[in-house]
Amino acid sequence: MNKIFKMAIRNLLRYKRRTLLTALLITVGVLTVILFSGLAGSFKEMMIGQITDSNLAQMQIHKKGYVSSIDSMPLNLNLSPKEYKTIEKILQDHPDVVAYAPRIKLSAMLSNYSETTNIRLNAVDPEKETMVCPDVGNRMVFKDNVRKKIFVKPGEIIIPKNLAKGMKVKAGSLVVIVAQNRDGSINGLNFTVAAIIESVLGPQGKEGYIHIKDARTLLRMEKPEVTEIAIRIKNFNKLSAVYTDLKSSLLKFENKKGGLIFEIHTWEKLSPFVNIANMIDLMTISMKLIMIAIVLISILNVMIMSVYERIREIGTMIAIGTSPGKIMGLFLSEGFFLGLISGIAGNIIGIAGIYLLNIFKIRFSFGRMDNLLLSPAININELFWLTAIVLLVSVFATLQPAYKASKMEPVDALRHV
Amino acid sequence: MALVQIENVSKTYQMGEVPVKALQDVSLSIEEASFVSFVGPSGSGKTTILNLIGCLDKPTAGDVFVAGEHINLLNRKQSAAFRGSALGFIFQSFNLLPVLTAYENIEYPLVMIKNISQSIRSKAVHKVLKAVGIMEQKDKFPDQLSGGQKQRVAVARALVTQPKLVLADEPTANLDKKSAVNVIQLMRAMRDEFGTTFIFSTHDPKIMKEAEVIFTLEDGMLVN
Repeated sequence: MNKIFKMAIRNLLRYKRRTLLTALLITVGVLTVILFSGLAGSFKEMMIGQITDSNLAQMQIHKKGYVSSIDSMPLNLNLSPKEYKTIEKILQDHPDVVAYAPRIKLSAMLSNYSETTNIRLNAVDPEKETMVCPDVGNRMVFKDNVRKKIFVKPGEIIIPKNLAKGMKVKAGSLVVIVAQNRDGSINGLNFTVAAIIESVLGPQGKEGYIHIKDARTLLRMEKPEVTEIAIRIKNFNKLSAVYTDLKSSLLKFENKKGGLIFEIHTWEKLSPFVNIANMIDLMTISMKLIMIAIVLISILNVMIMSVYERIREIGTMIAIGTSPGKIMGLFLSEGFFLGLISGIAGNIIGIAGIYLLNIFKIRFSFGRMDNLLLSPAININELFWLTAIVLLVSVFATLQPAYKASKMEPVDALRHV
Repeated sequence: MALVQIENVSKTYQMGEVPVKALQDVSLSIEEASFVSFVGPSGSGKTTILNLIGCLDKPTAGDVFVAGEHINLLNRKQSAAFRGSALGFIFQSFNLLPVLTAYENIEYPLVMIKNISQSIRSKAVHKVLKAVGIMEQKDKFPDQLSGGQKQRVAVARALVTQPKLVLADEPTANLDKKSAVNVIQLMRAMRDEFGTTFIFSTHDPKIMKEAEVIFTLEDGMLVN
């Protein structure tokens, strides 16, 4: 085997320019995939992080049917205190859940005493909300730029940036919120603008914040109902498993008609960014397919040429008794080593490229979000699979020429000029 | 039984739509440790008969026995194994593997075909290197050797597995006169030293003289 490997490497070095050009082509392919995966993956992770850590949370539990009518923010699909307690017990008992926060969602009218507009509000317990969405405060601009530990207190409101601009209100301004409760009666409360909040992608990214106690007063709730429970788990990579687990726990609860009482959704079902994330995944797969095509065509081409140029040599090897298997092994080894060298080179340059991209930081805007910073990264598993794909495709591309070489008739091959 | 036994062998090639009779009803036998030459003009069938004896081709009719093996009946894999174990080859254009040194070229059949251990290989290679007189050139690649040196390497490669029979198709055709005579004398000396049968083809009268047994072919027929 060593002899075959030695001959394979020497044969590659024999045609230095051709080997170099082919290796360069594959290296560029691998490098492109690494850089694209690193950048696209970083963008995707950053956006998911923005959405889940500053606004949506990783999962949400609602009364069954709420999400399908989420645009109208219905108040008749709230969770009762008893239902909230039931869910709370499940969440407290689950080892992977680190935090949960109750929220009341409502639609209201905002007035600055001269103009009125409508506003979507997210009424939260700020301490619990910060545990579930640790970056929520990062989006807020407080008075005198002093960030508060508890971002919203009773009597305070946080208003979306564009709305504040349109209504000409700023931190410290007084506003009135008027809302209609479930029974149809209207109530109003005065609020002081505590901060202005920047938008995040998605319908829930343009909501204002008030304290949950104010929402209950405003809506004249007799009992402490909640619209949704936002959840944060220990390890985001286990989201799917925890979701399945919690879903199966919630499935046990049925109403008198046998229908489900609760529904649970991950961020993927709640944010339109999931479509962009899926597109990024699709583009990454497309890049990999292009790389596979590059490896396949370049190695197939170089190995066909190699076999054609060495027909007499192959004839000699067969004539002196080399078995067809060893002839095939020799050519397969050449393809394998060509792929290996290119794959390793691509990985090394790719890692260096990712490192450089992290040094020369890339900032960009996405939608209404400005100054987003990309931190491209690629994990070792991705590099391993990329190299494995290159090697597999290299060997696959060499199969046909290698088979052809092994099946040559020695008499014909020796006669070849 | 003779080392090589050819019985009523014919070989016809198809050149487009025209059948070409390369050999017609040839019968002969060659004894062990002989130094035999097939002679004749170009196209007389010398290479064809060497290919048939060398198990590189199959006759259209007749039987070929080499070292007791009815080689007509061997399949592709068995043919390769038989060539590797019982035969050695020397080619007109030397056909050394360009990526291997002289030493590695000689060692090649022992590694790739016979799978012999390193220590035994080393002894065997050094023995033939010394016998053919190219010990000093052992680390050179083929493109660093002269024609005569290359053919010596080829002779050594053919002998290293200690085959019963070495077949050489026009082994001196690409050499100058002096080197050609040297190579033939070397082959003969190797026959004397190792007892290996050598069969070679030539149309050079000076080289023919070195053979002990001469078969003359004309238009695919054995005439002498």
